[in-house]
Amino acid sequence: MLLALQSLTKTFVGMKALDEVDFELASGEVHALLGENGAGKSTLIKCLTGVYRRDAGSILLDGRDISPDSTSRAQALGIGTVYQEVNLLPNLTVAQNLTFGHEPRRFGIISPRAQRRRAAQMLEGYGLDIDLDRDLGSYSVAVQQLVAIARAVELSGRVLILDEPTASLDDREVQMLFAVVRRLRDRGLGIIFVSHFLDQVYALCDRITVLRNGCRIVTERSDSLDRVRLIEHMLGRELAAQEESEKRHRRSAPLAGEPLLSFAGVGRRGFVEPFDLEVQRGEVIGMSGLLGSGRTETAELMFGIRRMHSGTVSDAEGDLRLNNPRDAIAAGFGFAPEDRKTDGIIADLSIRDNIVLAMQARRGWLRRVPRAEQKRLAADYIERLDIRTSGPEKAVGELSGGNQQKVVLARWLAMNPRFLVLDEPTRGIDVGAHAEILQLVRELTARGMAVLVISSELDELIAVSDRVIVLRDRRQVARLSGSDITLENVVHAIAASDEHREVSA
Amino acid sequence: MKKLLAISVAVMGFGTTAAVAETVGFSQIGSESGWRAAETTITRQQAEKRGIDLRFSDAQQRQENQIAALRSFVAQGVDAILLAPVVSTGWDNILMEARDAEIPVVLLDRRIDAPDDLYMTAVGADSVHEGEVAGGWLVDEVGDRQCNVVELQGTTGSSVAIERKQGFENAIADHPNISIIRSQTGDFTRSGGKEVMESFLQAENGGRNICALFSHNDDMAVGAIQAIKEAGLNPGEDILTVSIDGVPDYFRAMANGDANATVELTPNMAGPAFDALQAWWQDGTLPPKFIQTPSTLYTQADDPEGEYQRRKDLGY
Amino acid sequence: MPAAVKRILPQLITLLGVMVLVSLVFPDFLSIDYSDGRLVGPVIDVLKRGAPVALLAVGMTLVVATGGIDLSVGTLMAITGAVAAAAIVAGHGLVLAIVLALAAGLCAGGFSGFLVAVVGIQPIVATLILMISGRGIAQLITEGRILTFNMPGFAFLGSGTLLGVPVPVWIWLAVTALAIVIVRRTALGLLIESVGINRRASALAGVNARVILIAVYMASGLCAALAGIITTADIRGADANNAGLWLELDAILATVLGGNSLRGGRFSISAAVIGALIIQTINTGILLAGFPSEYNLVIKAVLVILILVVQSPSLAGDLKRLGSQLSRRAPRRSAKAAPQRSDR
Repeated sequence: MLLALQSLTKTFVGMKALDEVDFELASGEVHALLGENGAGKSTLIKCLTGVYRRDAGSILLDGRDISPDSTSRAQALGIGTVYQEVNLLPNLTVAQNLTFGHEPRRFGIISPRAQRRRAAQMLEGYGLDIDLDRDLGSYSVAVQQLVAIARAVELSGRVLILDEPTASLDDREVQMLFAVVRRLRDRGLGIIFVSHFLDQVYALCDRITVLRNGCRIVTERSDSLDRVRLIEHMLGRELAAQEESEKRHRRSAPLAGEPLLSFAGVGRRGFVEPFDLEVQRGEVIGMSGLLGSGRTETAELMFGIRRMHSGTVSDAEGDLRLNNPRDAIAAGFGFAPEDRKTDGIIADLSIRDNIVLAMQARRGWLRRVPRAEQKRLAADYIERLDIRTSGPEKAVGELSGGNQQKVVLARWLAMNPRFLVLDEPTRGIDVGAHAEILQLVRELTARGMAVLVISSELDELIAVSDRVIVLRDRRQVARLSGSDITLENVVHAIAASDEHREVSA
Repeated sequence: MKKLLAISVAVMGFGTTAAVAETVGFSQIGSESGWRAAETTITRQQAEKRGIDLRFSDAQQRQENQIAALRSFVAQGVDAILLAPVVSTGWDNILMEARDAEIPVVLLDRRIDAPDDLYMTAVGADSVHEGEVAGGWLVDEVGDRQCNVVELQGTTGSSVAIERKQGFENAIADHPNISIIRSQTGDFTRSGGKEVMESFLQAENGGRNICALFSHNDDMAVGAIQAIKEAGLNPGEDILTVSIDGVPDYFRAMANGDANATVELTPNMAGPAFDALQAWWQDGTLPPKFIQTPSTLYTQADDPEGEYQRRKDLGY
Repeated sequence: MPAAVKRILPQLITLLGVMVLVSLVFPDFLSIDYSDGRLVGPVIDVLKRGAPVALLAVGMTLVVATGGIDLSVGTLMAITGAVAAAAIVAGHGLVLAIVLALAAGLCAGGFSGFLVAVVGIQPIVATLILMISGRGIAQLITEGRILTFNMPGFAFLGSGTLLGVPVPVWIWLAVTALAIVIVRRTALGLLIESVGINRRASALAGVNARVILIAVYMASGLCAALAGIITTADIRGADANNAGLWLELDAILATVLGGNSLRGGRFSISAAVIGALIIQTINTGILLAGFPSEYNLVIKAVLVILILVVQSPSLAGDLKRLGSQLSRRAPRRSAKAAPQRSDR
């Protein structure tokens, strides 16, 4: 066995993140590591890569007990990691990134030629034809990911950990990545693959290990573990039936179709073409389109992040001014942005602080939300949204992605907005939190709130929306409602002129 | 050939301008202290008195500004250059340019590290001598009495601080009744002098062990006098104060009886410089390479109020 | 132990340690006399001399909490001191002199804040502008000399005593207390921290990040003005060249000694002020010890490095790990101390 974890245990303040977990990785194997957020996947990886020290248990590499205490130590031992957010240096060239820290030197001086030669060797067999002298940042995430893999393989060469590598790749890029991973597997590397995309897991992995609440639930060959059982293992409950009922329960029409907001001719030159949109109380509007089609940009106009060059927004009482987010919030809008880490959470602040932030900003600095009220709000939303945490004072940055998203949602729900914009609310979130957030959207609309959901996951969008708007080239190209909302119709609208993109699962 | 031409031009220039007013370029360091401002004022006054056309350039503490100013003086063909150098090195090239253009350069106040054939003369005070004069006053004042001195040094490592300290120590060397018990830097500033003096007073039994204060400059002494007062002692009586520079605020303190003596660092560096230049213009007399300005001792007996009045508008 | 005490505990321990160290070289360090209606002693000197840096540290902490830095405060002391002295010399009264100086500090801070928040210049560059040009402005006001004045009322602010305690001590105590009350009893602290940690996300949550940023630089300017007034009043003169010289660096050091991250976010004003007292204790201790002045900076540097190393979180983590390894056989320890953050 290449790598064996035995009874690995790691405890954080009052929480067992890993509880005597066993895990084995053979060379020439791609092994999926699955589980909901908070199941212990990232803790396990961090123990392996020397970010955390285990509290108990052992890590055997080729039968030898190791205890890496830093990422570089782990690398030297043979364990390399590539994360979802590529952590290379975008402002250095590809060659510099590949050889960073191990630059070939002549007489103590870095030799650019040798550096380039070395980089070219490293990239051999990855099917990449790129300019080694260009800044890494000028290439797509997929290319950066492959460069990161090449670097990790070169430096470590025994075990490769891929943590959510496909989250921001399109289908073609995923295929490219998989080809590389398979080739590395055939070379005898052991590969640990962490992903939320079950299709990809089945397509790529030989074995699957499921973690839940810090315990190993199952390890099985992927061809003998069917999907429904897998999901049941992950959630610890029966999902199949629930999903079915959800799909059948297409909701009836929104609350009597009461008009709430009206966007008329709203647009911004070179950003979003002018559009009209009537928003009704209690409805869910889905917004679909490819990356770059203007979805996020539309949301930014609606929320006053960018100023509109044309058009008006009005409600029953008259025109609204939306020059900045504060105006939008004053008008009863909320916005949960796509990039939670940079635009949503205040990582170092507590859950409580994050939840009251918008409310506090609205009240002004002089009228502090009383502490008791803050505590009540935090406790309330931690319970209502099932935020998994050891307490309301925990820094949000230490939570898993799904729980961070819930905190951002809680921030807006505390404001009781009438119009909530959710940009990719379920991205990077595990199956369980996923379903919870969709459930939440339905509850909110039942109480009259209008919600605009932007999502690339069409299944989800179709399941939750009363109307779907499809964008292409910064323009609304289709509006679907009622029984017209089908996967086929949406895909057709998106793809209308350019057929090359398939819908990813 | 080129050089020959330059000389002949210069000689011709000398011949023609002899009748009219001489032009002198003055590159001043800046106005970092009141003394510097007074030096500028007096230089202007001296030039006016002698009918010299003074071209003034303020370098704002930067050598490159001074080099640029000198280069422009050379280009203008001035008759002489006064330079108060901001630093001591890096002057060789520009001084050679001036020499090639046959323009005499007189250094004011500060010295430089350059061969002395690159300038005509340097005018300045001898800091060791200043310290000696200050120390000499104290020796005379206390006679055979036992006297513990606290010393406020200038900026650590500066040549002025080192030399004034040296001079003072020279003067008291043969007088075992006088000893320096504490010595610490006050960075030449009034607040530094006050803060350090406070610590001296704390450390020396509320100041009762201290007989005299020697300060490397008047600014520190003025701060120290305040500290002495605030400690409930009488500066000038309980603790004698002797200092160097001769700034107006210190004269006023002397007039009030709070201070005893100061050794003037005269801001009139230009007077001796112009004297030397005029002698050279008249009959070609070359001055010595260093012209030492007088270091005059002022005490409470020397009409400090009058001295204050004379100085207060010089820009100190 | 309340969280607020826990937060400043490392600084208090450091301060005590430095005081013990100074007492070793100067045994009378802790002695305090009462004479002529005022307390006299080295510790009182530390409290009084520490006033300018303590005041600057209050403002600096707020600026640093937003992820910025204010290099202009030392220079602002010179400007505001010059303004006050010029006003007095021109025959204006005490109140007007103080008001003008404070207004000058607010304006200068507002200028830096405007450059940072609206124009978008990096704080270090924006405040460098005033740091460099400001002394020139101050020299223009004082005409290059030490502007000496004679007004007992104003001098009282620098060297007077109230109830036996030097007035500057009252001033920094009051400002520190006021600042803590303002940021912690209102929501200002939360808003400052959120802007410092993630300005964009804060703006999206409706926080008016621009106003917050301008406000902290103005607060810093105001603190610098108070420090300038004290310094000027203390020596009864405005010394444009030397007032507050390099004190911005001491203020930043105090903030860092107070455990505040220069990257912004969670902050503690009280810890920064204790940091200022640590620095002043070192300074005063060096003066009292009577070492040759050539050693001043070396001693200070060694002590500061020592303190920073001891306070460093990673070292603390290593020590803790070492401890837990030593006691591995002992029953499982339930709680690992959370990072020293919580500040309320």
